[in-house]
Parts: sequence; C-alpha cells; structure tokens
Amino acid sequence: MSTSNRQIESLLHQPYAAGFVTDIEQETFPPGLDENVIKQISRMKNEPDFMLEWRLAAFRHWLKIREPHWSIAHYEPIDYQAISYYSSPKSRKSGPTSLEEIDPKLLETYEKLGIPLHERAALAGVAVDAVFDSVSVATTFRETLARAGVIFCPISEAIQNYPDLVRTHLGTVVPPTDNFFASLNSAVFTDGSFVYIPKGVRCPLELSTYFRINAAKTGQFERTLIIADEGASVSYLEGCTAPMRDENQLHAAVVELIALEDAEIRYATVQNWYPGDESGVGGIYNFVTKRGECRGAHSHISWVQVETGSSITWKYPSCILRGDESVGEFYSVAVARNFQQADTGTKMIHLGRGTKSTILSKGISAGHGKNAYRGLVHLGRNARDARNYTQCDSLILGPDAEADTFPMIEVENGSARAEHEATTSKISDDQIFYCRQRGLSEEDAVGLIVNGFCREVFLKLPMEFAVEAQKLLSVSLEGAVG
Amino acid sequence: MNLLELRNLHVAIEGKMVLRGINLDVPPGEVHAVMGPNGSGKSTLVQTLAGAEPYQVTDGQALFLGKDLLSRAPEERARQGLFLAFQYPVEISGLSNAYFLRASVNALNRARGEPELDAVDFLGVLRSELLAMEMKPELLERFVNHGFSGGEKKRNEILQMKLLKPRLALLDETDSGLDIDALKVVARGINAMRDRERGFLVVTHYQRLLDYVVPDRVHVLVNGRIVQSGDADLARLLEKRGYDWLLEPQRA
Repeated sequence: MSTSNRQIESLLHQPYAAGFVTDIEQETFPPGLDENVIKQISRMKNEPDFMLEWRLAAFRHWLKIREPHWSIAHYEPIDYQAISYYSSPKSRKSGPTSLEEIDPKLLETYEKLGIPLHERAALAGVAVDAVFDSVSVATTFRETLARAGVIFCPISEAIQNYPDLVRTHLGTVVPPTDNFFASLNSAVFTDGSFVYIPKGVRCPLELSTYFRINAAKTGQFERTLIIADEGASVSYLEGCTAPMRDENQLHAAVVELIALEDAEIRYATVQNWYPGDESGVGGIYNFVTKRGECRGAHSHISWVQVETGSSITWKYPSCILRGDESVGEFYSVAVARNFQQADTGTKMIHLGRGTKSTILSKGISAGHGKNAYRGLVHLGRNARDARNYTQCDSLILGPDAEADTFPMIEVENGSARAEHEATTSKISDDQIFYCRQRGLSEEDAVGLIVNGFCREVFLKLPMEFAVEAQKLLSVSLEGAVG
Repeated sequence: MNLLELRNLHVAIEGKMVLRGINLDVPPGEVHAVMGPNGSGKSTLVQTLAGAEPYQVTDGQALFLGKDLLSRAPEERARQGLFLAFQYPVEISGLSNAYFLRASVNALNRARGEPELDAVDFLGVLRSELLAMEMKPELLERFVNHGFSGGEKKRNEILQMKLLKPRLALLDETDSGLDIDALKVVARGINAMRDRERGFLVVTHYQRLLDYVVPDRVHVLVNGRIVQSGDADLARLLEKRGYDWLLEPQRA
C-alpha cells in the first residue's frame, strides 16, 4: 500500500465516538408487525381515528408491494417480523412538561453527544427537539417560539393538538403509497418533529432535531413535517447517532417540507448513524424518503446533507418545483468508507414556469466503500424557461473504493435548460509529496484535499454543523476562509 | 557553515544506481547550477534531497545546515528551510491555490515559532508577490495548478518560493517550457531572493536561464557523477560544445 493510502486508511479509521449505549429502562414492543401492532402504536400515542385509518391504509398497501433493489447496495434480506416497532424510555408516561421531569440519564446521553437540552446551556439561537428511539424526549425554547407563533413540537403532539393542520398536510408531498419504505413509515411511524411557521414569520431560532437510536433490535421510523406558510422562513438542522451493535438496524424515516408562496425552508442534515465496523458488521440501514414541495410562487427549498454514517444509505432529498419561479437546491457530501454503501442523490421536478434548481454532489469513497450519485432532473412541459445546473464530483481514496454516477435528465420543453458536469479524482502519492515539500504533514495534506473537495457544501451548512461535519471527516481545516 | 554538503552520495531507484558518489558544497549566498545531459541524474539529485519516496540512498551522506538531512521526513526538511521548485508541479483538484499557499506558509510559520497569518493578512502579502510574478489574480481562486499553463505553473512555484523564504532552494528545470518573457519574470523572482544567507541549487539542461541568473559555480553531472566544475563560463562553454566531450569513455 502506498504512503497516501496508508495515511488515508488511518485517517478514516477513526473510532465511532457516538457508539455508547444508554442503560435505561425501556418499554419495547415484542418484534413483529401486523394490524394490532399499528393499533397499539396509535393507542399509545392517543391518536384521533383518522390517523389510525391512515396508518392502516398505508400498511395494507405496503403488504402488496416489494422492497426495491435497484440501488447499488447489497444486503441480506430484511426480516420485518424480527424488528420491534416501538421502544420508549419507561419513565415517561404522558410526556414531560418540563426539562426537570426528564430522566437524568437521557439528559446525560444528549450531553455526551454534545446536544445540551438545558435551555440555559443550549447553543444560543438553536431550539432542539430530541427524539430517543420512538419518542421525543425534549423540545427546548418552546415558549420563545410560541411568542412568534411558531409551532415546534413532537409530531405525536401535533397530531393531538393541531389535528387539522396535520391532516391537511401529512402525506401530501410523500403519499403513503410513494414507495416501500415510505409506506412502512406511514404505517408505523412513532415520532418526529412538526414545524409550522405562520404567514410572514421569519423563525427567530434555528430549529434542530437530534435523533438517537438506543434500543437493540428496534427500527426507527420518524416522520417530520415542516410547513412554511406564505412569506415565512425557517432553517432546520437534523443530526443522528446510534450505538455500535453487531446487528443491522433499520431506519426508515420520512421528511416532508411544504413551502407556500414566497416561503423559504433550509433543511440541513449531518447523518452519523453507526456505520458498522471495519469489516462491515453491523450498522444502520438508512432508507429515507425526503421531499419538499415548493407549492407557492417564488418559494425556495434547500437541502444540505453530510452523510458520513450508516452501513447503507438510500436517500434522495428532492424538490417538487410547482410554484412559478420557485427554487430548489441540493448540496451533498456523502462518505463511504470501510464497507459502507451510499446510494444518494436527488430529484428536481420542475413543473412551474421559470423554476430553477442547483445540484452539487460530492462523493468520497475509501476502503471498500461504494458511493453512487443517483439523480433525476425533470423539466416538465409547462416549466417554461426552467433551469438546472448539476455538478457531481467523486473523490476516490485507495484502490478498492468505488464511485458511480447515475444522472437522468428529462426535458419536455424547448425553453428549459439543463447543465451537467461530473469529475472523478484520486489522491495520489505525488500530491501528498508535493504538499509535504511545502511543510504540510501527510495528515494535513489529506485533510486539506478532502476538505477542499467538500468545501462548497460545508459553506452551505449553518456554522455549528459545519464544525461538526468537518470533525466527522476526521480532518483538520485550519481557518476555513482561504 | 555550508548550507548543503554532499559526501559520496549514492542513490538508486528501483534497484538501478542513478547517482554514483556526488560530492558538493553549497555555501550561503551562492547560486550553484547543475547541468548535464538527459538521464544524468539531475532531477534525482534534487528529488532525493527533498525526500521523494522512490529514491533510495545506498551510500554517502547529505548535511543541511550541518545536520543530517536524509533521516528527516520531507515536511521536516521543508520546515527547516529546504524548498524544491518542481519540474512538473502537481495538480490538486478541489483545493484552492490561495488556501494551499496559506496552509503551507502557516505550516512553516508554526515550525519557526512565528505567528500564523489569517486570510486577510495573507492576502496582503500575496497580492504584492503575485504582481511581481505577473500572475493573474484568478490563479489564486483556481485549484492548485489546475488549468494552469506550463508557464503559470512555473511562476506559481517561484511564487511559493518567495512566500516560504527558504534557506536553500532547489530549482528543478524551472526554465523548461518557458517563453522568453516568462523566463525573465522567473529569473527576476529568483534574483530578488538572492542574498548573503540564501543558497540555490539550479538544475537546468540549457544555458538560457543562466544568462539571467548568473551562477557562482557550475557543475556538470554525467552518468551520476560530477565530472567538471567551474564558474559561469563553463555554462557558456557547454552551450557551444554540448556535453559529448565530457561523457565518460564507457558511455561515449
């Protein structure tokens, strides 16, 4: 192995820091899935009838369809009857009304992960919703947000407290019949975040949800719904971690974003689910459907994702650009090292006139990692003067890593324009030597090159997350402004 | 003390002996030119001194500022003030040139116990050097050496030398592929760096560069050995007569 490969190996073999298990008494359903389990979940959550009907319809549809296998990922068949569909910390009965009522062990867990839930200690200007296995355990800054008219709460609470708002919007962007994993999620989702930003309101805080899988042999199925009413704007951050376990765990989430006229939603994810060990044992299957709809004219949805974890990632945060002159963006860094497999990308569906979209995808493959960009740009019949710009870059570290791109472009009208650029590069021994001759260590050199490669995407992240993202890439980036 | 002392230096690459006993001293303040036909080992010499991995020192020693050079990692040599202007500067896509330049300046500043420069301070330093090298500012925004012309790459090497202020600069065929205007700019850059402390080892195939950067000593490298040393006149003689008359009998 050459020097640079050795270096890259050691750099990328950083231990998984979030891999601890919280020892807490949990109430967990026995494994298995049937209509009774769904009824039980619905009952536990005190849901209105419409919700149960919605879930059961999704379940009945799910039974008729098959798991998709068109991605680059290979894995043993998933036994859906071997998974538990509900797990929650036991101490919680009807939900804590204040942080003092939360089990101190849970608070400790989030402290360890660097997510302070005490409002006094919380990062200034970031409100946090923490989801632990199947339930939301804390939402901070709720009063501050309420004064601005912003609703930010666990979706289980929203279903009870704002049933009309939920009923009107849930499943309108990702219908329960959308795909296999979305149907499963619709049937069994347990918690997640709900956000409503009223007309003309600029959300006074960054909103953040932190997802944690703790229990063994459980699936995590969160559902997030964000609605930005006319002229509203919000920036939302999502983080995820899980303990190190030998078995694979399924995470099948659904995120729906709805932006009405002149509204803006920025959704950023730093995904660091447990990726499995160096030989590919264990890790999270991250099979997630994320989609936003720019429903109103001049609306704007932007996805930023840094995907460093999970043993398999299957995820395509997309935008439906229905409103005229609406804008969709997708900025992504995806890392596949050891035996990780990442199949990720986006769909930009241009329906309205003068709609614009930008796709910037950076894939890093190392070790035996496999990384694929998969994208669809659809410029519809009525999308006059629509524009798309796509750039897909792959960086390959080491001889056994793989990178693929599967771009698809459909243009249905002559005034629309799509541009696509793609590059593939490697870090060579010559590059490392050149950097070392300029006084940089091997580690600095690899770090500079990798961070340079990701920089355009990191610049799109909110500051706190940019820092976390760089740390996750296990490289230093001294003074980010060049 | 000499900046560089080479004693009986033997270097092989992939088992093949390329340098067969080099003896050379470079005192502070002097420019030494190493000339010779293709394949004589000129690039091997400077690459070895910079610490390139494929070259194996099989015998002899090299002292830099009186201390053993060859046991040190390439970055340590750089931090102690050894600079190599590459014959083929390496492209690094994804990494902006400005960012790379500042990272290397700060790596050396750290090693010297000097304060690191922030982006604003650095840009100030950079601007004037860029102007002196007649380089387009957009070359800072591009990826390292990416989409640079041959001449721009060489100017970028000299720019780095000026920013890093080495004690000893090794220039590997910096003149090759340059038109006359670029050659003058590069030569001016080198001459601006000449002082009583700093030394240069200039590897070149042609006399051309030495019209502008007048060397104190000229060494002719043939078949891995220095076969002739002299002053600047030797370079002019080589330009007229070529290398054939110096070739060793077994290779002629």
